[in-house]
Amino acid sequence: MTKQYTKKDFASDNEVRWCPGCGDYSILTAVQKTLPELGVPKEKFVFISGIGCSSRFPYYMNTYGFHTIHGRAPAIATGVKIANPDLSVWVITGDGDALSIGGNHILHALRRNVDINILLFNNEIYGLTKGQASPTTHYGQKTKSTPSGNPSRPVRPLHVALGSEATFIARTADVLMKHMQGVLKEAYYHNGGTFIEILQNCHIFNDGVFKNILDKKIRDDRIILLEDGKPMVFGANSDKGLRINALGKLEVVSLEEYSVDDLLVHDVKNPDPGIHFMLADMEPPEYPEAMGVIRAVKEPTFGEQIRHTMKVHAEQAATPNLEKLLYSGETWTVE
Amino acid sequence: MKSIVDAPDSLFQPNNHEKSVEEVDQVTIRFAGDSGDGMQLAGSRFTSTTALFGNELATLPDFPAEIRAPAGTVAGVSGYQIHFSKSSIHTPGDQPEVLVAMNPAALKANIKDLAPHGLIILNSDTFTEANLKKAGYESDPREDGSLQNFRVVEVPITKLTREALKDLDISDKDKDRCKNMFALGLSFWMFDRSLTPTLEWIEKKFASKPEIAKANTLALRAGYNFADTTELLPVHFKVEKAELEPGTYRNITGNEALSLGVIAAASLSKTGVFLGAYPITPASDILHYLARYTEYGISVFQAEDEIAAICAAIGASYAGSLGITATSGPGMALKSEALNLAVMAELPLVVVNVQRGGPSTGLPTKPEQADLFQAMYGRNGESPVAVVAARSPVDCFYKVLKAFQLAVKYMAPVVLLSDGYLANGSESWRLPKVSELDPIEVKYKQTLDNADKFYPYERDEKTLARPWVKPGTPGLEHRIGGLEKEDKTGNVSYDPENHEKMVHFRKEKIQRMKADIPKLEVLGTDNPSDVLLVGWGSSYGAIYDARERLAKEGIFVHQTHFDYINPMPSNAEEVLHSYKTVIVPELNLGQFAFILQGTFAKKVIPITQVKGQPFRVNTLVKRIKEILGK
Repeated sequence: MTKQYTKKDFASDNEVRWCPGCGDYSILTAVQKTLPELGVPKEKFVFISGIGCSSRFPYYMNTYGFHTIHGRAPAIATGVKIANPDLSVWVITGDGDALSIGGNHILHALRRNVDINILLFNNEIYGLTKGQASPTTHYGQKTKSTPSGNPSRPVRPLHVALGSEATFIARTADVLMKHMQGVLKEAYYHNGGTFIEILQNCHIFNDGVFKNILDKKIRDDRIILLEDGKPMVFGANSDKGLRINALGKLEVVSLEEYSVDDLLVHDVKNPDPGIHFMLADMEPPEYPEAMGVIRAVKEPTFGEQIRHTMKVHAEQAATPNLEKLLYSGETWTVE
Repeated sequence: MKSIVDAPDSLFQPNNHEKSVEEVDQVTIRFAGDSGDGMQLAGSRFTSTTALFGNELATLPDFPAEIRAPAGTVAGVSGYQIHFSKSSIHTPGDQPEVLVAMNPAALKANIKDLAPHGLIILNSDTFTEANLKKAGYESDPREDGSLQNFRVVEVPITKLTREALKDLDISDKDKDRCKNMFALGLSFWMFDRSLTPTLEWIEKKFASKPEIAKANTLALRAGYNFADTTELLPVHFKVEKAELEPGTYRNITGNEALSLGVIAAASLSKTGVFLGAYPITPASDILHYLARYTEYGISVFQAEDEIAAICAAIGASYAGSLGITATSGPGMALKSEALNLAVMAELPLVVVNVQRGGPSTGLPTKPEQADLFQAMYGRNGESPVAVVAARSPVDCFYKVLKAFQLAVKYMAPVVLLSDGYLANGSESWRLPKVSELDPIEVKYKQTLDNADKFYPYERDEKTLARPWVKPGTPGLEHRIGGLEKEDKTGNVSYDPENHEKMVHFRKEKIQRMKADIPKLEVLGTDNPSDVLLVGWGSSYGAIYDARERLAKEGIFVHQTHFDYINPMPSNAEEVLHSYKTVIVPELNLGQFAFILQGTFAKKVIPITQVKGQPFRVNTLVKRIKEILGK
């Protein structure tokens, strides 16, 4: 019997040192609230992070944790997971850590479908180094490193994940506490690598960057909470929806003009990533921002593949015998 | 006689008499041809047969970085050298006495190395105007007198091979690919060797392609029979068996030995080994080899880059496996940040650097010892790691075992230096019994042991190692990372006194390894001397032979060799200070000499060489004599 944990069991005795008002606090809370519900012994959790504000996360979790180096957490997590498949491995990263210095590792961890959960805290800025443009900072935005406006076009995290053949992608936000917990739970139960973008407000260097999406007053019209198998309805009065129009494009329609039956039904298991890409791509004001699990398809995990190939190999190979192996090949004996 | 070059010219005159067999002490032969001519294969088959016959031997392949450089050019020449002897040897030979050259480019690229009066066997069919031009010859070297110092035997190898295979229903291209077997057969006759091991090998290798097997067999026999009957070769040579210590032997390259050492480490520790690797010359063989032996508890992960390779290995070590990564200089440069994480997190890790010529991409297929500073100092902060160096191909097996022992016992990363010379060079190995190998003791901390709480940086009094805890162990949950740790608790700490203390702990921990490494041994002490030759890594053999050759001339010097560079053996200072003159030969611009001088305030004289080639014994002898004024 696994002990019944509470949120407190997952809080370490380290003092949390993010800036007051930081979105990271609520993500920490969401994780600490979700883990007790999974019925997994506490010692089986490992949190691995890179460098950045978000990457301090493992210090605050009373689990196993490894605060590593900039961008490399997915590679380290891959080693941990291969070495011990019983562990539940979580990677905590940010937009700079994951998409700039660590871009290569994100790509490969996802395309291999390593059974780890990657939480990307996206605040569209470098926070720990005090306010430089990140790979998700808007084009033209003035930051400390781009005083005349950011000349680089931003990348959208979920596009990177989809392009990397991720089997599970989702989006949520620091202000959506319940939603976040739901997404985390689904990620845990997905057999394979998961990638969750969490929109997170950096109160000091990029305050209000998601206001146009997440401000309470307008939020319901600016986001759509996707649910598998359900028609895509949204809006404060549930009066809007998404359909595919004659051009094959997503279109926001009013439910006064269309019926629910005309709307697109969310299918996370759709093997064709086309619609998932369109959903991930949506942005206000033309579209609502998609929240929730966008894609969750079943593919063999990296660990399963490795164990399978090792098993097949072992069945064909001779029984391991070190002495025999050393004495194999062309040998000769001197009397 | 001692060597083929001592044979009188008369022996090589065609005659009608019986062919003579002359006994020589040792032979160095080099096979050279286009990189597609199969010279590596011919060389390695010659080596196997020689090993099975019972000679002492050492080999050195030399191939271009390009897989197939333009055919017929000097850049595309691939060579394989074998030194075999009836007595103990330590190098693949300075100067070949026999050169088998498959085309003009191979002759051009190798003639400068051949010993005077050496024997050249060349494929005369390839000496066309076009090929001579491609090789950069302005006139035919066979006719312009440039080969007059050598004995030249011209054999139309291409024509004879085609003739031997004329009845076979295979393409001309496939027939021509058997030229190396013809040359090999001829060489076997030259040195009175049996064809049997190669015939058996061909049967096995081409079991699924009987026509190709037949072609290779016919070409091999044709080469042998041609040599046996032709008047061109009136003499052949014999090298008696060496007096070897009783036991079972096999021939092995450094990379193979190192890979077997990794497999042995998994068995001896009863712990899974995790190799993270990214393809790089000349280390990739280790990845290839280990990928075939996963049944021994080896997980092999071909990572997306060098950084991920070491990071995954660190992750695996953190999870309780024996993490190892294998690379060469450029990869080592990429790994330095992660290696520093292993220093800070105090996790066991083995990092193999099969050194090649640098800087940057440098000379990918050529050896050099110029990554010593990189191993010692190539990281930010005060970041000591253990540095171990293999001295011979066989030693790669023992040193990787030792690296794991140290890493696990002291919870620290260990860098193992090999190089392209050891990696691809081979020698015979008197195989150990598994029961003779030292075990690797892996101990995880599994419970609190009555403590009030768990302290991840509480140290063992003797080794200063911190506990190794596998994630998944109940009650010992903790966090580690690259930020400075508070002593004992492992919490993040920016305290100035604590930082200084931790820096010293990390340094001292490596020094404590002295208890587990052997003292320096001094060789050549039969005669007194106030001169000491100091080496490290792969130059052991050349220094050894240089010392012996000097002794034969009545110049007595002593020799010691550092297998451990950090920490150094406990008697290092004492040994160094007992000599008036200390000479340090190394394949760089004096890196180890610099370290010795800095560490022991002892003036040393470097002998340096950076040609992408190992030391020649002749060169060392000459330069040592110059230093000694002899």
